[in-house]
Amino acid sequence: MTARSIRVAVATALVTTLSLTAAACSNPDGAGSGSGSASTSAVVGIAYEPDSLSPLLGYGKDGNSKIFDGLLALDADMKLRPALAAELPEVSADGLTYTYKLRQGVKFSDGKPFGAKDVVFTYRTILDEKTNNASRTELDAVKDVTAKGDDTVVFTLKYPYAPFAQRTVLPIAPQHIAGEQDVNTGAFTTRPIGTGPYVLTKWSKGEKISFTANPHYWGGEPEVKKFTMAIIKDDDVRATRLRSGDLDGAILPPNLAKGFADDKRKKTYAATTYDYRTVTLPTHNKVTGDTAVRRALDIAVDREAMVDAILNGDGKPAYGPVPTDSEWFTPGTERPHDLAAAKKILDEAGWKPGKDGVRVKDGVRAAFPLWYLTGDKLRQEHALAYASDAKKAGIAITAEAGSWEVIEPRMKHDAVLAGGGSPADPDFDQYTLLKSSLAGDGFTNMAWYDNKAVDAAIEAGRRSGDKAERKKAYDTVQRELVKNPGYTFLTHIDHIYVVDDRFGPLTTQVEPHDHGLASGPWWNVEKWSTEGSGGSKK
Amino acid sequence: MARMAGRRVLFAVPVLGVVTFGVFAVAAASPFDPVKAYAGTAGLTASQENLDQLRANLGVDQPLVARWWDWLTSALRGDLGDSSLMRQPVADVIAERMGWSVLLAATAFLVAILLGTGLGVLAARRPGGWLDRCVSSAAYTLEAAPAFWLGLLAIWFFALKLDVLPAGGLTDAASDVVTFGQVASHLVLPAAVLGVSQLPWFFLYVRQGVADALAEDPVRGARARGLSERTVLLGHALRSGMLPMLTLIGSRVPELITGALLVETVFSWPGIAAATVEAATSVDFSLLAALTVLATAAVLLGNLLSDLLYGLADPRVAFDG
Repeated sequence: MTARSIRVAVATALVTTLSLTAAACSNPDGAGSGSGSASTSAVVGIAYEPDSLSPLLGYGKDGNSKIFDGLLALDADMKLRPALAAELPEVSADGLTYTYKLRQGVKFSDGKPFGAKDVVFTYRTILDEKTNNASRTELDAVKDVTAKGDDTVVFTLKYPYAPFAQRTVLPIAPQHIAGEQDVNTGAFTTRPIGTGPYVLTKWSKGEKISFTANPHYWGGEPEVKKFTMAIIKDDDVRATRLRSGDLDGAILPPNLAKGFADDKRKKTYAATTYDYRTVTLPTHNKVTGDTAVRRALDIAVDREAMVDAILNGDGKPAYGPVPTDSEWFTPGTERPHDLAAAKKILDEAGWKPGKDGVRVKDGVRAAFPLWYLTGDKLRQEHALAYASDAKKAGIAITAEAGSWEVIEPRMKHDAVLAGGGSPADPDFDQYTLLKSSLAGDGFTNMAWYDNKAVDAAIEAGRRSGDKAERKKAYDTVQRELVKNPGYTFLTHIDHIYVVDDRFGPLTTQVEPHDHGLASGPWWNVEKWSTEGSGGSKK
Repeated sequence: MARMAGRRVLFAVPVLGVVTFGVFAVAAASPFDPVKAYAGTAGLTASQENLDQLRANLGVDQPLVARWWDWLTSALRGDLGDSSLMRQPVADVIAERMGWSVLLAATAFLVAILLGTGLGVLAARRPGGWLDRCVSSAAYTLEAAPAFWLGLLAIWFFALKLDVLPAGGLTDAASDVVTFGQVASHLVLPAAVLGVSQLPWFFLYVRQGVADALAEDPVRGARARGLSERTVLLGHALRSGMLPMLTLIGSRVPELITGALLVETVFSWPGIAAATVEAATSVDFSLLAALTVLATAAVLLGNLLSDLLYGLADPRVAFDG
C-alpha cells in the first residue's frame, strides 16, 4: 500500500465517520432535542439487570413486564384481571381444564395480529426441554395447551392445581418472530417484540434499558412517552445520581432512603412484600433436627428487635412464608419473643447447660454453623442477630459466609440463611419449602422438612378450587409450623423506593423476593399521569 | 521484515491453541457453576431435573477436552458459539462491544504517548529542574496506583464533588441515541484515567532516553556547530531518545488490556473488557475463550509492531529472520 492510498483510505474513513455522527446528532428522536421531554419521560435507577428479555427464557414470568402482556395480569390488590384474555378463565368442575377466551384486535408492536397460536407457541416452547428456561418447574402441572379456533386457548392439567390461573400472567411471545430463530440465543432474547404498553428502543447491557410508549397499545397509549431503567449496581452511586437529578426514581436501601426524608420534591414509598428471611433447620443435623431445639429457637429469637435494628422499622416479624397482614395468615400463630420459655423447653428435653454455657444432650453439643451468602449485608446482619439470640438460650451458632457453590453441598446438614417469597398464591412458597418429597431437590425444601400433616395439607391446598377449603388447609400448615418449625422465619422486608414528586401520589404492589424490573412505584408507569400533581390514573 | 512477520504469525497459532485450552481448563477447575450462573435467582427454586436439563442443553456436562475441541473446530469454521451469559451469539457480543473498547483504549494510548513524550522531553531539557522533579515524583506515584483506584477517585472528584463530568455509561441515562457529543463527554474520564495510568512508563522512558541523548557526542557536536536548541532537541536528541519508547509501545499492550478491564467496569463502559470479567465469573466458556484469543492476539501483534517499528527507526537493528 502506498502512502497515497493510505491517505485516501484514512480520509474516506474520516468522512464516513463524520457523516454518521452528524446523522446521529440530527436525529429528531434524540435526547438532545428534549422539548417538553421533562414531563413525558421518566428515568429510574434499578440494581439488578435481567439476563434476557425473552419470556421464553423466564423474563417477566410473574407478570408486569412492560414490553409484553400475559393472558391475565395482577392489579394493585394482587387480584387477577384479564389482559390478553378477554375475561377470567373458565375452570372445569374437576379443576383439570382451563379455557381462555382471547381479546380481539390486539396487535404486536410490529403490527402483526396476536392470536391463539402465539399463546400455544409460548407455553409449548417453555415446556420444551431444549429451551433453557430455569423456571420450567413452575408450569409442571401443564399437560397440554391447544388452540380452539383463533380466539380460544385450552390448558389441560396433569393434576388439579388451584393456583394455575396465577401462572398465566406470564408474557406471550409472538410466534412469527420468536419461532423463526434460536430460542436460547436468537435476536429476540435481546430485542423482543410484544403487545405491551412499552416498546423496547435500546438495551445497553450493564448500562440501561430504554422504552418508548406503544402508540397502538390496546389499553391506551401511556402518557409517560419515554421510560428508562438505568442499571446502577452500587447503592451510593444510585442515591447520588438521584440527588443530582439524573434519575427520577430509584430503589434504595433504608439507610440511604432516609437522606431523602426532608426533600420536599421527593416521595418515599415502602412496598410491602412477601420477601422473607429465614433460617433453615435441616432434619439431618442432630441439633437442628430435634423438635425441642427448633421450638426453642423459634421463641428465643427477637424478631421485633431485628425489624427495628436491621430494617430500620421497614418490615415485619415473620412466622412463616405468609406475612402477618396477608389474608392467608392464620391469626394466633404469632410467637412472641420469650427467652425463659425457650430455656424451659430445652431443659425439659434434656439439653443441659455444659461448662461453657452451651447445652449438651447425650454427648451432643448444641452447636451448628449458619451459612449466609458472602457480600449480602442484610443476610449477614440477620445471621449474626440470630446467633446472638440463640446464645442467650445456650445454643452456639457460628455464622459463616460463603458463595452458593460453597453452601450448596452443606445444605443437608448445616443451617442456611435463606430468602424467598412470591405473593401471588400461598402454594408457590409453601409447596417448594415444605413438601417432603422435594427435600434436597435442587434448592427446594432446603431444610429437608418432613411432616405428614403438612404434606397432606399443602397437597389439599393446591388441589381444591374452593377458597374456604384452601384457607383451612393453609391454616393447618401454619399451626403445624408452630408445633414443629422446620425453619425459623425472621422477617418480611419492605422494599424502599424514592420517586420525584412531580408524578403525583403513586402506588406499589405487594412485591416478591425477586427484584423484578417492574416492581416498585413504576409497576404501573403506563398509567402515570404527567399533568403534575394530578396523581396517577387508575 | 516480511519473513519475520510471517514467522511470528505461524508461531502465534500454537500459542493461541494452548491459551484457549488453558482457559477451558482453568474455568473447568474453578468453583463456579455455569448452570447456577445461567439460572440466576430462578435456579434457587428450580428442580434438580430442570437444572440437569439445563446442564445438558448448555453442553457443560461434557468432559473438558471434548468441550474444548468442539469449540475449537467450530471456531475454525467461523462459528464462535453462543454466549450463555449474554444469551446471544459470541460474534454479536464482540461486534457490539469491540468498537467501544478500541475507542477507549486508542484514546487512552494517544493521551499516554503524547503527554508522556511531551512531558518527557520538557523534563529532559532541565534534569533536576522543578518540572522534572514534580512530574517524575508524580510518575513514580502513579506507577504504583491501580487503575480502578484512580477511576474511583476521578468519579468522586469530577462527577460527585464538581459535577462537571458524567460518572459512567456511554451516554446520559435518559438518552437512548448514541451521539458524538454524548460519547465524547462520557469518554473523557475513563480515557483520561486509563491514559494517565499508562503515562508514567512513557514519560520515564522518554525522559531518560532524551537526557542520555543530549549528553552524547553527536548532540554536543550539533550544539557546538551552533544549531538552534530546537533543532538539536527535536532533530537529534528526540530521534535517538525515542528508540526505547517504540519497544515500550508494543509491550504496554497487555497492561492496556488489563487496565481497560478495570476501567470499563468502574465506569460501566459497555466495552468488551467489562464483558470479560462477567464471562469469567459465570464460566461462559465460549465467550471467555473468544475474548482470550482476542487479547492474546493483541499482545502478540503489539510485540510484532514494536519490533517492526524499532527496525524501521534504527537501521542498525536487524530483523530476526
